[in-house]
Amino acid sequence: MDSFVQHLGVAVPLMRDNVDTDAIIPSREMKRVSKKGLGEGLFAGWRYREIGGREINHDFTLNQARYRDASIILSGKNFGCGSSREHAVWALAEYGIRAVVAPSFGTIFANNCIRNGLLPLVLDAPDVEKMSAWVEEDPTANKVLINLPDQVVSASGSEFTFQIDAGAKRMLVEGLDAISLTQMRQQKIEQFHRKRQVLRPWLY
Amino acid sequence: MVLLEDSRGLAQIRVDMAQTIFDKLWQEHLVEIQDDGTALIYIDRIFLHERTGSIALSSLQSDDREVFCPEHVFCCMDHIVDTYPDRSDDTTMPSGRDFIVATRQGAHDAGLTLFDLDDPRQGIVHVVSPEQGIVQPGVTLVCPDSHTCTQGAFGALAWGIGSSEAEHALVTKTLRLNKPKSMRIRFDGALSAGVSAKDMILYLIAQFGAAGGSGYAIEFAGAAVRDLCMEARMTLCNMAVEFSAFTGLIAPDHKTIEYLRGRAYSPADTYWDDAVRYWSQLPTDEGASFDREIVIDSADIEPQVTWGTSPEHAIPVTGTVPLDNAQAKALRYMNLKPGDAIAQQSIDCAFIGSCTNARISDLRLAASILKGKKVRTGLRAICVPGSMQVKAQAEKEGLDKLFTAAGFEWRASGCSMCFFAGGEHFGFQQRVISTTNRNFESRQGPQTRTHLASPATVAASALTGFITDPREML
Repeated sequence: MDSFVQHLGVAVPLMRDNVDTDAIIPSREMKRVSKKGLGEGLFAGWRYREIGGREINHDFTLNQARYRDASIILSGKNFGCGSSREHAVWALAEYGIRAVVAPSFGTIFANNCIRNGLLPLVLDAPDVEKMSAWVEEDPTANKVLINLPDQVVSASGSEFTFQIDAGAKRMLVEGLDAISLTQMRQQKIEQFHRKRQVLRPWLY
Repeated sequence: MVLLEDSRGLAQIRVDMAQTIFDKLWQEHLVEIQDDGTALIYIDRIFLHERTGSIALSSLQSDDREVFCPEHVFCCMDHIVDTYPDRSDDTTMPSGRDFIVATRQGAHDAGLTLFDLDDPRQGIVHVVSPEQGIVQPGVTLVCPDSHTCTQGAFGALAWGIGSSEAEHALVTKTLRLNKPKSMRIRFDGALSAGVSAKDMILYLIAQFGAAGGSGYAIEFAGAAVRDLCMEARMTLCNMAVEFSAFTGLIAPDHKTIEYLRGRAYSPADTYWDDAVRYWSQLPTDEGASFDREIVIDSADIEPQVTWGTSPEHAIPVTGTVPLDNAQAKALRYMNLKPGDAIAQQSIDCAFIGSCTNARISDLRLAASILKGKKVRTGLRAICVPGSMQVKAQAEKEGLDKLFTAAGFEWRASGCSMCFFAGGEHFGFQQRVISTTNRNFESRQGPQTRTHLASPATVAASALTGFITDPREML
C-alpha cells in the first residue's frame, strides 16, 4: 500500500454536509468485478451532464480548470456516509485524491481510506471553512500541506493540528498491509479460536 | 471486578461490574490489544454478497490467500439479481452476470455456504441471516454491506465493513478496530397507533442529524423498543448507519429467544440451553454507564416521511417542508418549496422492499391497508419480499393476492430498486414513496425523488396517489 507521510497539493472545496458514497461513485458506475477503472465514475452524477454520459458539467467545482490538479478534498461533516462500497475510495485514489479534510466521516468510509493509503483528516468545521475560503482565492498558489507524522495541516498562513488514531496513523505512514500485520499474530488468534470452541461450542 | 465461570468450568472470564452489552460483546471477542492501541477483535460470522463479495473473493485468490474458517462464511445473491419471476444469471444490469458468476465460483472454490439464485432460502442478506438463525446473540458478524447493523437487533455485534476489511476478516478471522464510544438511546413510553419502528429511526435521525451517532456503538432500549417484535427491531437497527453509528444493537430477551428457537442454524438441542443461559447474561447491567444517553418520549413520534436527500430530512407526515436556506440544493433536487405540505405531494411510484422493511410483518401491515382497494390509476407500485421464504409465507397467507389485486407488482426477492445499479430503476425525476433507507440523489434512478417512509405510509400513499398519513386508513 502507498504510504502517506507528507503531502502538498491543490485542495478543492466541496463544502456540503453528508456527501454520501453513492455521490462519490454511483452504483451504476461500478460495472466490473474489479477495484480498478473507477476513477472515471468519481462524482459521476455531478461531474457529467447526464446520467451515464461523459459530457462535462462545467458548473461542478472539480471540473474547473483551476482545480485540475486537485489532490485534497475539503468538505462538510459526515463525508462518505452511506453505502460501505470501497469503490468510493478506489475511485478517489485513482483520480489522484490523497486526503479528504472534513469535520467528520462515515465510519466505514474512513476505515476504507486507511486501508488504501488515503488520509481522512478531521478538522473542526470553522477551520475547514476558513481553509476553503483561502483556497478559493487561488487554488494553485494556495496549496495545502499535510504533515501526518506531526499531525499538522498548513494552510492560509495557519497551522491546524489534528487527531488521528495511533493505529491508523501507523498504517498510513508506514504503508502497511493490514492482513500481513495481523498474520504476525496468527498464533494468538488460533489460540483464541480454540478456546472459543470450548467456551461457546454451539457456534462451531 | 468479579470472576465468572462458564457452565463447564472450562474458562474463567474476568468482567467489570456493571457493563453495557456492548462492553460484554467487545470483551468476549477481544483477542489482544496491539502496541498502538488497536484491538484485534475475533469475528464469528461473515456474510458476503455478489456486489462486493465477488471482489473480495477474487482479490484473495489473486493474492493467494485462504479463508481461515470457510464454514463460518455465507454468501447471498441479492444486490444485482433481477426480481422478475423468470430471472436468471443474466441481469437487467449490464455485466451483472459477471458478479453473480464470480461469487458462485469464488464461494465454491473457497468452500463457503452460498444461498444461490435458485435456492428457496435466497434473499437479502440481512433478512436471510436472521431467518436461518445464523445471527445469534453474543456473536460478532460482519459483511461488506453498510446495513449489517440490522442484525444488531439480536444482541449481536454486527457491523458493515469495506472489501479490504472483508478480506482481512476472511483470512484472519479478526478485524483491527478502535473501540467506539457507547450511546444508549431510550425510547420511553409507547408508540401511538399507526407509528412504527421506521418512524422511530427517522424521527431520531431528524432530531439529532445524520452524523448524530458518529463514533458510537448504540444500544436501543426503553419500553417502546421492548414492545417491538424482532422484525421491527431489525428495522430500527437497520438505519443506525444512516445515523452514522458504528452499529446499533438491542439486548436479547424472550422475543429474541423465541424467534431463534428451531431455526436451521440456531444452536442444536444439546447446546440450546447453554446458549440461552449465555444470552441471558448479555443485557446491560443495572447502573452501567454510557458515554452518551438520549431519551425520547415515544408519544412524540408521528408517522415520518423525508422531504430531501438525506435521511435527516424527515418530518411528520402532517408537517411542512422546513424553511432552511442551507438546504436549497436538496429542495431544488426534490422540486419542493419551504412551506409545502408534504402530505399533498403527488407521487408516481410506491415501493415496498429492502433490508429495512420487507419482512413478513411489513407485508402483512401493508396488505391490511391495501385489502379490497386499488392503487391510484397510473401509479406504479411494486412489492419485493425480503427473501424467498418471506415470499412463500406471504403467498401461503394469500397476501400476494391482496397486493396484486390492489395493483402492486409482486416480485421475487432481492435488493431491487432500493438502489439504481444500472439495471431496473424508477424514471427520470419520478417521485417515489419508498420503504427503503436512503433518499440520496439518483439512488433509485436518474434524478429520482425518493421519500422514505414506513410500509403503512407507503401503502396508504399508493392508494391515494399522494403522500398520505396512514392513520387515516387504520
